[in-house]
Amino acid sequence: MTAPNAPTTAPAPPVRTIRRGLGVLWVAVKEEPRIFAVSAVGSALFAITTIGQAYVFGAITKDVIVPSIRDGEAATAGLAIAFLAIMLTAALKVVGIVARRLGAGIMQYRLQATYRRRVTRRYLELPLSWHHEHPTGELLSNANSDVEATWYPIAPFPFAVGVIAMLVTTLGLLLVTDPVLAVVGSVVFPAIAVLTVVYSRRMSPLMTRAQQLRGEVSAIAHESFDGALVVKTLGREGQETDRFRARSDELRDTMTAVGRVRGTFDPIMEALPVVGVIAVLLAGTSRVGSGDITPDQLVRVAYLFTLLAFPVRAIGWVLNELPRSVVGWDRVQRVLTATGAQEHGTADLPGHGAAALSVEAVGFSYGAVGAADRVQVLHDITFDLRPGRTVALVGTTGSGKSTLATLLVRLLDPDTGRVAFDEVDLRALRPGAVAEVASLVPQSTFLFDDTVRGNITLGADLSDADVWAALRVAQADGFVAALPDALDTLVGERGTTLSGGQRQRLALARAVVRRPRLLVLDDATSSVDAQVEQRILAGLRDSGASATVVLVAYRLATIALADEVVFVDEGQITARGTHEELLATSSGYADLVHAYERSAAEQQHPRDDADATQPVVA
Amino acid sequence: MTAAAPETSTGGGTLDSRGTERGAFATLAHGIRLTPEFREGLVVTLLLALLATAGRVVVPVAVQQTLDNGLLRPEGPDLGLVRLACGAALVAVLVTAVAGYATNVRLYRTTERGLSALRVRAFRRVHDLSILHQAAERRGSLVSRVTSDVDTISTFMQWGGLLIVVSAAQVSLATVLMLLWSWQLTLLVYLCFLPLVFAVRLFQSRLEVAYTTVRERVGEMLGVVAETVVGAPVIRAYGVQARTAERLDRSVDATRTAQTRAQRIAAVTFSAGELVAAFATGAVVVGGVLLGAGGDLTTGRLVGFLFLVTLFVQPVQIATEVLNEAQNAVAGMRRVLGILDTPSDVADPVDGATLPEGPIDVRFESVRFAYPGGPDVLHDVDLTIAARTRVAVVGETGSGKTTFAKLLTRLMDPTSGRVLLGGVPLTELGFDSLRSRVVMVPQDGFLFDSTIAANVRFGRLDATDAEITRAFADLGLADWLEQLPEGVHTPVGERGDSLSVGERQLVAIARAYVADPDLLVLDEATSAVDPATEVRLQRALDSLTRGRTTLAIAHRLSTAEGADEVLVVDAGVVVQRGPHAELVQQDGVYARLHASWSSQTR
Repeated sequence: MTAPNAPTTAPAPPVRTIRRGLGVLWVAVKEEPRIFAVSAVGSALFAITTIGQAYVFGAITKDVIVPSIRDGEAATAGLAIAFLAIMLTAALKVVGIVARRLGAGIMQYRLQATYRRRVTRRYLELPLSWHHEHPTGELLSNANSDVEATWYPIAPFPFAVGVIAMLVTTLGLLLVTDPVLAVVGSVVFPAIAVLTVVYSRRMSPLMTRAQQLRGEVSAIAHESFDGALVVKTLGREGQETDRFRARSDELRDTMTAVGRVRGTFDPIMEALPVVGVIAVLLAGTSRVGSGDITPDQLVRVAYLFTLLAFPVRAIGWVLNELPRSVVGWDRVQRVLTATGAQEHGTADLPGHGAAALSVEAVGFSYGAVGAADRVQVLHDITFDLRPGRTVALVGTTGSGKSTLATLLVRLLDPDTGRVAFDEVDLRALRPGAVAEVASLVPQSTFLFDDTVRGNITLGADLSDADVWAALRVAQADGFVAALPDALDTLVGERGTTLSGGQRQRLALARAVVRRPRLLVLDDATSSVDAQVEQRILAGLRDSGASATVVLVAYRLATIALADEVVFVDEGQITARGTHEELLATSSGYADLVHAYERSAAEQQHPRDDADATQPVVA
Repeated sequence: MTAAAPETSTGGGTLDSRGTERGAFATLAHGIRLTPEFREGLVVTLLLALLATAGRVVVPVAVQQTLDNGLLRPEGPDLGLVRLACGAALVAVLVTAVAGYATNVRLYRTTERGLSALRVRAFRRVHDLSILHQAAERRGSLVSRVTSDVDTISTFMQWGGLLIVVSAAQVSLATVLMLLWSWQLTLLVYLCFLPLVFAVRLFQSRLEVAYTTVRERVGEMLGVVAETVVGAPVIRAYGVQARTAERLDRSVDATRTAQTRAQRIAAVTFSAGELVAAFATGAVVVGGVLLGAGGDLTTGRLVGFLFLVTLFVQPVQIATEVLNEAQNAVAGMRRVLGILDTPSDVADPVDGATLPEGPIDVRFESVRFAYPGGPDVLHDVDLTIAARTRVAVVGETGSGKTTFAKLLTRLMDPTSGRVLLGGVPLTELGFDSLRSRVVMVPQDGFLFDSTIAANVRFGRLDATDAEITRAFADLGLADWLEQLPEGVHTPVGERGDSLSVGERQLVAIARAYVADPDLLVLDEATSAVDPATEVRLQRALDSLTRGRTTLAIAHRLSTAEGADEVLVVDAGVVVQRGPHAELVQQDGVYARLHASWSSQTR
């Protein structure tokens, strides 16, 4: 998690943060109005019954306790009513609590689920180029912790709404009871609210920083564990631990600072209602003395203050979570509003059998448009492929072959020029049409945490016979049959239970089973040994599938399968023709494909330089 | 890290799960035992917390004093006494606030220090685990064990943990006061709350299960999201967005369902506390009035008692509230401890030996290897590789070549037999010495999200940019480096994604090369590099590694042709060995492999 994740400016002014945070809460209310209503009503019920409890106690003190003890005789009927009243208020309060808590929880979890769905849906819609620009860790945290942070204030939100209702009611009741006590209340409770705002203002930059550091700590762990093998083989555990510790300690220090702020404010927040009660007693005693209120009224007010001490803080909880929520919301919105999804047309590709491929003046650069580090990797690439032909793309490491392969199946769109199947520009095709026609087997294999069958069919309705046939072509039927549950064997996360060669063969079967009309193999047999590769290639040839094939290849045997060869050098086509023609016309090509042979020749005649520079045609 | 505990040295590649059998308190105690930082100054912090709690009792006392002696005095209100009681209360509130501040600051300092230490220790342990253990766990789950799981512990310790301490103190103080006023009513209150304790325990275990489920669902969901992101090219190439969306929805919904279920149990638990509190209050009113009517209790004491009952309610509510967090924290702690409790079965020996200076020879003594629960992958391998030789290991896919390399570099230990380097058994060799002198380049040359130079420097920390550039030149890769936009300072992207697979392998080889090992193991390290570059690289490595021992695993037999000696592995057995020229003449596996290879390349 690097630059794109970090806030680019200083934290927003707190008032703005609170306003924006309330905006996010409003979105939540609009998304889940009914469940919010349930929890808010629950919370209000809780508030009313809480105040009701104070009244019940006041009444019980006045009408039951005081007379009974004074007269030395327990009023049985009064006691029964008192007991029932207490239980009834409590029962109503419990209904309120359950509605509030369950409602708030359900609301929070629903919102999380909704936004996780939206964010991940967006991941599926946005083009590969967008994915290239965003680190995996960032995207993971957008879908997980950012969504979570956004809806964090929802948990105490209905409670806070209820508390506000409770405060208003309390002030109203105080006014009715005694103006002096009302003044005390109207000083104490707003003071709590103001203090909460100051609190969140001091806290929010720290919380933002802590959240960011958590992301960084997690990103380091992710990367380091991904590279665990390299770390181990080079004995860099200590260095990696130091790198992790540095961030972890920064997080520790930030959280310690959080502790200081919290240490300052929490005790004050807690003390304020107590001070309020003491003020009520002081003021109330003289009011009782002067006969303005009765002792039971004073008891009621004091009790009310005690009851409010805890719930009032719910407002603080919400306000405290708002800055984090706003940061999360912004990051989620960045995904939801990201543009650049590939545009699709409506055209169909009605034909059958192998497709014609044409690549016309294609240029391509990596990096955001206008970015300084934009690197042009393909220049003016043009070639045609008639249906059913096989072409080999040959070139040195880093010459742009894989990028070209990606463009052929429209994982990326060219900056200039066009790629077309049967003369239809890929950009004019309806969504999904390219995938129906063309299959790419990429250089690095990706398997899903699913069964072997699931990884091959990818949910398509294909019979086991089809799957086995594809596995046979990919030379994977042998090892799959030997797996404990054959097709139903789970391959583990990223296929970790299989070897590189086995994974690659499953990926190949995945392409073959779809009977694509265009098959693009990007060095798709690099992890299997020569004999297996040869059998795979023979299988492809014999499978009778009528497909146009593009091979990115190094091995002569692979190249030999091709009708013609396109030689790519530094992003340009420098030669094209049959293997023999290219050997004669392109020294770069000859150097590349005969490297092994020349090397072998040299090793046999180490001092015979003439042999080494003169490739022998097989 | 010390030697492995014997009990799991033969176990499978799973992380320690003893924690799941441990109770909540045992888990926390174990965690605190493993993290001494938590204990620092704990007693003082607790005492301060107790002092802070005392403030909460001030209100009922003030109410009682005011009512009994100030307001309800038969001869009329005594303003002086009320003022005195209130003044004393204000002082108590002030002391409470100061103690609260100190408690918070100390608590955060201690817990954060402990948690950071715990996090770093767990992180280190993950790297110290053998590759089998590392592979047994999803990456995302390992990450969450050192991050979010630790965070839940932090949340609990800083919010919930303190609340529990404060609540306990509050209940104790309230009890003392209640006993002073009326032992009968105290008994009554306890009788009411006692069943709640059992009920809470019952709910606690159900909550624990529910929260574990939530955790598991979240983990699964993250796995699916990670697939969506990492597998983006495949999902697009095969047009399986709809299917992926369905998988996502399923896991997102499963998470929500689990969360809702846990919330339901929590809400019920919380409500139970409220009802019990009401019942207790009602009982106190009834009991108190009966007592008062008999002259055993004053009105003020009874009303004060009612306030004290609310001091019971809050802790019970908080306890149930905090139980959520406690469950999370215990589950998180368990998962972190699961890592710390897993012995590093392939461990750095204590006082490990150092490799003798100079070139290293390799000896395998009846080495057998099987993955946990699997059949033998290598059978009884006995061989010696002389120092300074270049050896190629060839064989079909799945023949056991890579296992050979992993045993040689001690990424795994043999099931039986032993491997010796320079005459020293690998298990006695210190990792410092081993990893600096023996370097393996795996097939997947993982790169860190940084520049080429920084990645190469991973091989030798003090390598300068000039040395790194020279390393590429030495390897015949100057041309390649030159065409990069920023040379050695070119960023490689996450996992090296900005480079092609072949280019990543070039950087990985340069990284191993600057490490300057005496034994270099290449595990198909150039499988994705084009032949011309590979041959150039091979030739460069040959001349550069002269005088060292190199062992190359390759399916491209060009490597074997140039090696001093070829080891042919077939079905876990070394079936042939000797120079290429000799083996190719013999009728055997090698001749067959070579014929097939030649037919493809020439």
